[in-house]
Amino acid sequence: MPKRLALAAAVTLLALPFSVAAGAADGSAPTATKVAAEAKPYKVEGGKVDPGTYNGYRRYGESCMRCHGPDGAGSSYAPDLTDSLKHMDYDTFAETVINGRKNVNTANNNVMPSFGTTEDVANYLDDIYGYLKARSDGAIGRGRPQRIGD
Amino acid sequence: MKQRKKVLLSWTALVTASLLSSHPSLANDELSKASKDPKQWVMQAGDYANQRYSSLKQITTANVKELRPVWTFSTGVLRGHEGGPLVVGDVMYVHTPFPNVVYALDLNNAGRILWKYEPKQDPTVIPVMCCDTVNRGVAYGDGKIILNQADANVVALDAKTGKELWKVANGDPKKGETMTGAPVIVKDKVLVGISGGEFGVQGRMTAYNLKDGSVAWKAYSVGPDDQILVDPQKTTSLGKPIGANSSLSTWQGDQWKTGGGATWGWTSYDPQLNLIYYGSGNPSTWNPKQRPGDNKWSMTIFARDADTGMAKWVYQMTPHDEWDYDGVNEMILADIKVKGTPVKALVHFDRNGFAYTMNRETGELLVAEKYDPAVNWATHVDMKTGRPEVVAQYSTDKNGEDHNTKGVCPAALGSKDQQPASYSPDTGLFYVPTNHVCMDYEPFKVSYTAGQPYVGATLSMFPPKGENNLGNFIAWDASTGKIVWSNKETFSVWSGALTTAGGVAFYGTLEGYLKAVDMKTGKELYKFKTPSGIIGNVTTYEHGGKQYVAVLSGVGGWAGIGMAAGLGGDTDGLGAVGAYKQLANYTQLGGVLTVFALP
Repeated sequence: MPKRLALAAAVTLLALPFSVAAGAADGSAPTATKVAAEAKPYKVEGGKVDPGTYNGYRRYGESCMRCHGPDGAGSSYAPDLTDSLKHMDYDTFAETVINGRKNVNTANNNVMPSFGTTEDVANYLDDIYGYLKARSDGAIGRGRPQRIGD
Repeated sequence: MKQRKKVLLSWTALVTASLLSSHPSLANDELSKASKDPKQWVMQAGDYANQRYSSLKQITTANVKELRPVWTFSTGVLRGHEGGPLVVGDVMYVHTPFPNVVYALDLNNAGRILWKYEPKQDPTVIPVMCCDTVNRGVAYGDGKIILNQADANVVALDAKTGKELWKVANGDPKKGETMTGAPVIVKDKVLVGISGGEFGVQGRMTAYNLKDGSVAWKAYSVGPDDQILVDPQKTTSLGKPIGANSSLSTWQGDQWKTGGGATWGWTSYDPQLNLIYYGSGNPSTWNPKQRPGDNKWSMTIFARDADTGMAKWVYQMTPHDEWDYDGVNEMILADIKVKGTPVKALVHFDRNGFAYTMNRETGELLVAEKYDPAVNWATHVDMKTGRPEVVAQYSTDKNGEDHNTKGVCPAALGSKDQQPASYSPDTGLFYVPTNHVCMDYEPFKVSYTAGQPYVGATLSMFPPKGENNLGNFIAWDASTGKIVWSNKETFSVWSGALTTAGGVAFYGTLEGYLKAVDMKTGKELYKFKTPSGIIGNVTTYEHGGKQYVAVLSGVGGWAGIGMAAGLGGDTDGLGAVGAYKQLANYTQLGGVLTVFALP
């Protein structure tokens, strides 16, 4: 581990232990100030995730992956969510998932369905958001994340 | 089956036949004859046998390097373009993914648009379609063009004017029923399947009367005997009667009602035996724990009477599927020698990685061998029982819910998906576009809601260990069950192959290349980069004395899910592989028909 990262980890460990360990393990440690300023909707420890984030990964695979691609990375017909969540806040995310979105015109035939009444999505909205946010922040990589305690 | 010969047939005769075609056998005669005329390409699969072979031979192994694009046509749609154009007389019919536009192009007039048909469809159907809004093409027969719309409506158009003649609903998108497959016209009927295996539909094949769209027969894949159109005594599986309640007894309770067995692939037809052949897809959900039993007749090859729909024989390739190995890939009918004996064979390259050679008259299993050495989920197929010998380590059912089963080959998209292979009677070999992808698969419990995804598993995909090519284009000997030659491809080969009497096989690649190879050796003879990735099927025809080769480009389909970031994950140290496999670095969305010819 590079010295700078180790130092960042050590400093932030005092403030927010979980997030810090996550960043360090991934090799993309956020700066101390950033971590301290935001509450993360996920926990990553030694590259492993909390049950909610893990559930989010699974629910994503169930209902979102067909269009948004493996690991939230997008497809030829749906946007890259690891990029979207860099700009989209939780409220907009929730609103889009619950109500859906249409972009149909001469150049586009993109429709996101409403998941408001889909139990496997609506009940786990926060978990799915947490997982995708972790992906978007670079806190976890691609593929199936390991659960803390695995 | 007889080999295809050049049949001289005047266009006037065809038109006359179509005018008289209120008589069912005449409609069939017209189409049968036209399918043997190599100048035309009147059905998606080239002919009823689904051989995708043309006896045209102007383009040869010697001159194919001179091939060049001579005209192009933009479809105006930027989604995955599967299937291919039809050529009927002097007219080419080109279709698009949703919104499913159909164009009639005048080959005598540089592809001028004779008519354009664009159905009005509710765009809420778009996300109900699994894996992109693809469409595998239109059918021609009896002076009509038949279109399977995304929203499950079947439409008959006047081939001359594009005028709508009739329209029927073949399903309900609100229940997850959509259409991607191509219709097939057999005698006075049009055969139409249904998609929606990821939404818990009850899959079925429906025959509509070509004349008015009324239902002639409907045969479900799963359910009670009267719904699946079987005779417990006369319908056989590997030579034995299937008995009563053959499907119901393999499901718990009424799970069969959302049991899948969608029929979104290809259908072939043997006029002598009067049998149609097609396969059914995955049982729903993808979580095997939730649906104990063999889940018949999902993952099954059906041989049905073309007039009544009654099943003559069935064969389930993957009982109690645990990996999403849909059985819908094309059934190629070819008269070949198997271990020295001439057989009316059916050859099928299944998603599960086994290539099956069967006697298409009796349903007897003759050969079942892996057509990709990477296949590991089963050691072999027991030739007596027809069942695969599943390797416990890769059984997602044995490993159970919430357990990640690692390194299963092939991945859910199969050693081959719907992209059809080709058979050449000249070489006696099959030319197969394949995927070379493995997966981790983790099933989990899900609840069924009509019209919502009913998947119940999550997976990640990557190339087999130690390799980095995601596809191969192979030549296969269906008599011995062996690969004759194999060409590596960077990405899955998701384009339907074409073989020709000129000794040249054609296929497209996800990067967008149209490639021509020597059918004997696999040597690459020509390639040209089209505007977008190719998931369409290659077509050939002759016009004004010249042979043309045509293909749709437009990346997408299930292949498109790996588009943005490539397949693969960070697990097992495959991150680097995943990273450089980005298809987006090679191609972007498109929708263009490219037509090639010699100078």
